[in-house]
Amino acid sequence: MNIKLAENRLLEETSLADAYLDTLLELARSDESVMSLEADLMKSIGVKFIEKFPKRTINCGIAEANMVGVATGLGAVGMKAYTHTFAPFLTRRAYDQIFITTAYGKGNVKLIGSDPGITAAYNGGTHMPFEDAGLLRMVPDAIVIDISDSTMLKCVLKDIKDIFGVQYVRMPRCAVDKIYACDSVFDIGKGIVLKDGTDATIIASGILVSEALDAAHQLEQEGISARVVDMFTWKPIDKDLIVKCAKETGAIVTAENHNIVNGLGSAVAEVLGENSPVIMSRIGCKDRFGEVGSKEYLMDEFEMTADDIAKQVKVVLNQK
Amino acid sequence: MKRRNDLEKFCIKIRIETLKQIGNLGFGHVGGCMSIAETLAVLYGGVMKTDSANPKWEQRDWLVISKGHAGPAIYSTLALRGFFDMSLLKTLNRGGTSLPSHCDKNKTIGIDVTTGSLGQGISQAIGIALGHKLKKMDNWVYLILGDGELQEGQVWEGAMFAPHHNLDNLIAFVDNNKQQLDGFTQDILNVESIHKKFEAFNWHVQSIDGHDVIAIEEAVECAKKAAGKPSVIILETQKGKCCTYTEGVLDNHHISVCEQDTKRAVAKLEAQLAKYE
Repeated sequence: MNIKLAENRLLEETSLADAYLDTLLELARSDESVMSLEADLMKSIGVKFIEKFPKRTINCGIAEANMVGVATGLGAVGMKAYTHTFAPFLTRRAYDQIFITTAYGKGNVKLIGSDPGITAAYNGGTHMPFEDAGLLRMVPDAIVIDISDSTMLKCVLKDIKDIFGVQYVRMPRCAVDKIYACDSVFDIGKGIVLKDGTDATIIASGILVSEALDAAHQLEQEGISARVVDMFTWKPIDKDLIVKCAKETGAIVTAENHNIVNGLGSAVAEVLGENSPVIMSRIGCKDRFGEVGSKEYLMDEFEMTADDIAKQVKVVLNQK
Repeated sequence: MKRRNDLEKFCIKIRIETLKQIGNLGFGHVGGCMSIAETLAVLYGGVMKTDSANPKWEQRDWLVISKGHAGPAIYSTLALRGFFDMSLLKTLNRGGTSLPSHCDKNKTIGIDVTTGSLGQGISQAIGIALGHKLKKMDNWVYLILGDGELQEGQVWEGAMFAPHHNLDNLIAFVDNNKQQLDGFTQDILNVESIHKKFEAFNWHVQSIDGHDVIAIEEAVECAKKAAGKPSVIILETQKGKCCTYTEGVLDNHHISVCEQDTKRAVAKLEAQLAKYE
């Protein structure tokens, strides 16, 4: 792991959809087994891959269960199928196929679920998964990753190429805040301390990492020292880092663009409860369905903003 | 005639060993194992390219038994073909066994694909066939579906996909034994004409007597000539066929078996086998 923070945490110029396709193209050039599978959402994420590698692109149509099975069959003969559709259609609709065909059968499929949580924005409740990563957490041996920015996405996509098994990568398609400098290198399974602190730790992932950093800076103005961790790998979770943060700061707030039920907060709570119980609280979707709106509206509605996080840190500090 | 005799003998042996396995345990999926015995005898009696000494041989033909509950029938077949020791058959479905009730490629030597959750095998077979095409390999991929299994929507997602991608290296069988766990398929949820359905999905379709080994072998040869499209062979079969306590019985999907049942059924099959000698 070699992490460098971006000089300016601004909205990236490149969308994560573009970063996804650029990385897949790069991987496909050097590895003939790399394929792209889609379920009629190729034009939603981009057509760069099919233009360069038409034979290695399979548009499976609106049939996600079959797509996951086909990807597993391809994996059985040595292909590496990056299998994408919107996160709810991949993880909810094809859950049994992921669970049995791929995972139980010890297959090799790279699952990419796009538009997690509020990033589904104007597509609304039907398309807004707050449960996708939770479902995948329940799949034995699966690796579950919540992407924070394009640097991380590129690194993760490269790393999972040669990992055999089920990997689930949840990523927005839109541009997000740049957290990491382009030459950062990530270790799957290792959380990243982005800012040190002594009073409490904010453990965040995905698009809420940027909010967590804003919250920590707000708190700093008020004399509160909050540590910020990017726990991008939900499974296997970095137990050692969570325990260390609990022991050193004595209070934890988690922040996720996901249901707090069976989400990052749950995973952290499991580690804390069994190893180092401290006061904790969870920021995220509080067991609700999604709805339409702008990203900003939804951040407010689902109480996922930096202000919400900062407020919650103060709540746990009062209970410490 | 010799070919027919050889395959029929192999088929009877598959049935005997399957009934012994299930009888030894006391319960199991007898009906669906019996209906598919001839097809397994044909596939492993020379049609499929396999190597028992090298089960993962890259040049082999693949078999996806999507009706994964037919596990005991394929285990008998594999043991009789030398993939593993016959004594292993006594461990069927016991704790820690390598022969679970439903097919598991990670537990059983010679099983290509893990199945058991109905409807999912076709997609894997398609992926395997597609992968072989991409790698310019000429392996055949065989798939066995149950007729009740056709009620699963995923089967028809796959049925649409395979012809669209010209998967003429895929040969599917439908074990049309006309019964499912709860009764006759036409009473539970009628699949109607399987032949017309697959034809409408642009498959090469044949309907044959699924208990006639030569008819099965000839149908496979014919299927191999269907260039540009996948093939399906609809096997008209009887659930529980040639087993004294299941043939003609309605509730024969998963049943309890007593020692006497097994003895009688096996004795009858052994007598049939003796006629060939």
